[in-house]
Amino acid sequence: MTVTAPSSTRPGASSGEPFLVVEDLTVKFPTEDGQITAVQGLSYSVEKGKTLGIVGESGSGKSVSSMAVLGLHDTKSAKITGSIRIDGQEVVGLSESKMRKIRGRQVSMIFQDALAALHPFYKVGGQLAEAYRVHHPSASKREARRKAIEMLDRVGIPQPDRRADDFPHQFSGGMRQRAMIAMGLINDPSLIVADEPTTALDVTVQAQILDLLQDLQREFDSAIIMITHDLGVIAEMADDILVMYGGRGVEYGTAKDVLTRPQMPYTWGLLSSVPDVAGDTDAPLIPIPGNPPSLLKPPPGCAFNPRCLHKDKVAGGLCTSQMPELLESPTVPGHLKRCHLADPDAVYQAEVLPVIAPETLEENDPR
Amino acid sequence: MYAYIVKRLLSGVVVLFLVSFSVFALFWFGPSAPARPMCESKTSNHCTDDRLERFTEELGYNNNMFAEYGRYMGGIVTGRDVTISGQTTECPAPCFGLSYTTGKPVWDDMKDRLPATISVAVGGAFLYLIIGVPMGVAAARRRGTLADKALVSSFLVLSSVPYYLFALLTYLYVAVWWGVPGIGSPGYTPITENPAAWVSGLALAWICLGVFGCTQYTRYARGAMVEALSEDYIRTAKAKGLPTRTVVYKHGLRAALVPIVTIFGIDFGTLLAGTIFTEKIFDISGIGLWALNAIGDRDLPIVSATALFSAVVLIVSNLLVDIVYSALDPRVRLS
Repeated sequence: MTVTAPSSTRPGASSGEPFLVVEDLTVKFPTEDGQITAVQGLSYSVEKGKTLGIVGESGSGKSVSSMAVLGLHDTKSAKITGSIRIDGQEVVGLSESKMRKIRGRQVSMIFQDALAALHPFYKVGGQLAEAYRVHHPSASKREARRKAIEMLDRVGIPQPDRRADDFPHQFSGGMRQRAMIAMGLINDPSLIVADEPTTALDVTVQAQILDLLQDLQREFDSAIIMITHDLGVIAEMADDILVMYGGRGVEYGTAKDVLTRPQMPYTWGLLSSVPDVAGDTDAPLIPIPGNPPSLLKPPPGCAFNPRCLHKDKVAGGLCTSQMPELLESPTVPGHLKRCHLADPDAVYQAEVLPVIAPETLEENDPR
Repeated sequence: MYAYIVKRLLSGVVVLFLVSFSVFALFWFGPSAPARPMCESKTSNHCTDDRLERFTEELGYNNNMFAEYGRYMGGIVTGRDVTISGQTTECPAPCFGLSYTTGKPVWDDMKDRLPATISVAVGGAFLYLIIGVPMGVAAARRRGTLADKALVSSFLVLSSVPYYLFALLTYLYVAVWWGVPGIGSPGYTPITENPAAWVSGLALAWICLGVFGCTQYTRYARGAMVEALSEDYIRTAKAKGLPTRTVVYKHGLRAALVPIVTIFGIDFGTLLAGTIFTEKIFDISGIGLWALNAIGDRDLPIVSATALFSAVVLIVSNLLVDIVYSALDPRVRLS
């Protein structure tokens, strides 16, 4: 399957391939009840200095796919096929020892819930220094510690030389996440995978962390993959957005296109379920009905069809019999969507927009 | 921290009072006259009612129980003179009284038996730790494989055999029938007298405790390790690019040690308090066997002393576990 990258990550004439290219990635796990296909036929790419937001609900495969980028799945049980190229190097099937040199060095990961993701028995500074020394074996302990303190300072932790000797539980939630980010950036990685980095934090701290990530991205020119279910975070951070559902990419385009001209009923559902801060406090939230699909026995046809409010607009029951391909939208160039709807723009304008944002309709009345 | 330790020791002393008083009261009110064993041993089993009454009077069982208990507890601290059949014996502190069967101060006998019990406990515990923990770690790393399943299920079978049967069979096969060289006839020789004999006499007891105990420790270590390896911080350690060995040992085992140390502290305390089957089968005159015989002889001073000893050992080992726990896990603060 060939997939056109959305316009913002389309490589320039001379720059060659984007830093990270994922092509037709499939991840399968055996379980007691049978084989689960957690990710299927997923393709995306991220360039240096750009941010890709991956959105989707629990079980949509967003974390599984990005853990595959770092080779963090148990090679004995997980079956990974397809291609993942980091700076041109194929990492699917790469040996553990070679993969280890990439992890934390070229690609690092920032996890959600830093309290659980930092080791409770080791000092914060020591954990940072360990991350530095493993990729700089010639560095002395003192150098590594100085580097750790420098990074803690860089992410805005006050008195970093003293706080380096604290244990993670002595940090506040926001500081722990900062320390986690400092650890992820200590080796100047070219790609940062941030897995829900702000989910466990309150909103004000969340905004600080996102600002910090953006500052650091500008400073280090790194690529970021931002995994989240929070569209607010995505709108703030992302250049491109990949929407995932049931282990597949269902919509992929520039952030502006996906947020303003979404082409797929699941994305509409996600947008509809975001509460509007400026809106009427009595306005009801609009949830997506139903539950995420079983990865063990996905529904026939489009994985979203049991929850789709618009499937009767497609003739011949195509939605329940045939999986739509991820194809370029006829109306928005470079924007990919996996949906049988013939004219999603019209449905969105007529049925979805009036419900979620009536005020924009009045402003941009096409008539 | 120090305030915590003092507080724990004080509450330990309260427990010791309760234990000693309970044992004392049980004998005092028991169905058999508490003076009868002494009477029988002094009169070659011709203990008539007159003589029993004389011993009861002499041993103080006609007095107020609380006053007698106070005298007993005072003796532990300061020592006292004990008069039996007109013969006064000096019983220096800590005085647990004179044995009703031998007439000697209980503490003298206890001092003789303690090294044997400590030798058995230390050797056995050392063996089961160094066998059990690495096996558990290895099994956890191979979780779900055939080797893991075979190990877990065979250890389950082994640990469901009663310990006394296991120890007896080991004794019969290894010492009696096979006559394995290096393992002499079991028994305790003080290490100060002859280290080689100390080892060869205790080897079988250690092996039995070690092999039997390591089945449990393999399971504890495996469980703790499986749990630790599934934690988020292990994924973080891998994502940092650390070598597998560092991930498993520095990050995984370090966390898994905490529950293992906790169980070990209590276990080791129990071992020190007496390993009755081991001592009986391998003919080691330690605390456990001594206590068992004393119960048969209704020898109150020995029973009280061994009960107190067990209580002290368990209180101290519990306290040590808590202190070690706080040293291992920086999140735990003693207060």
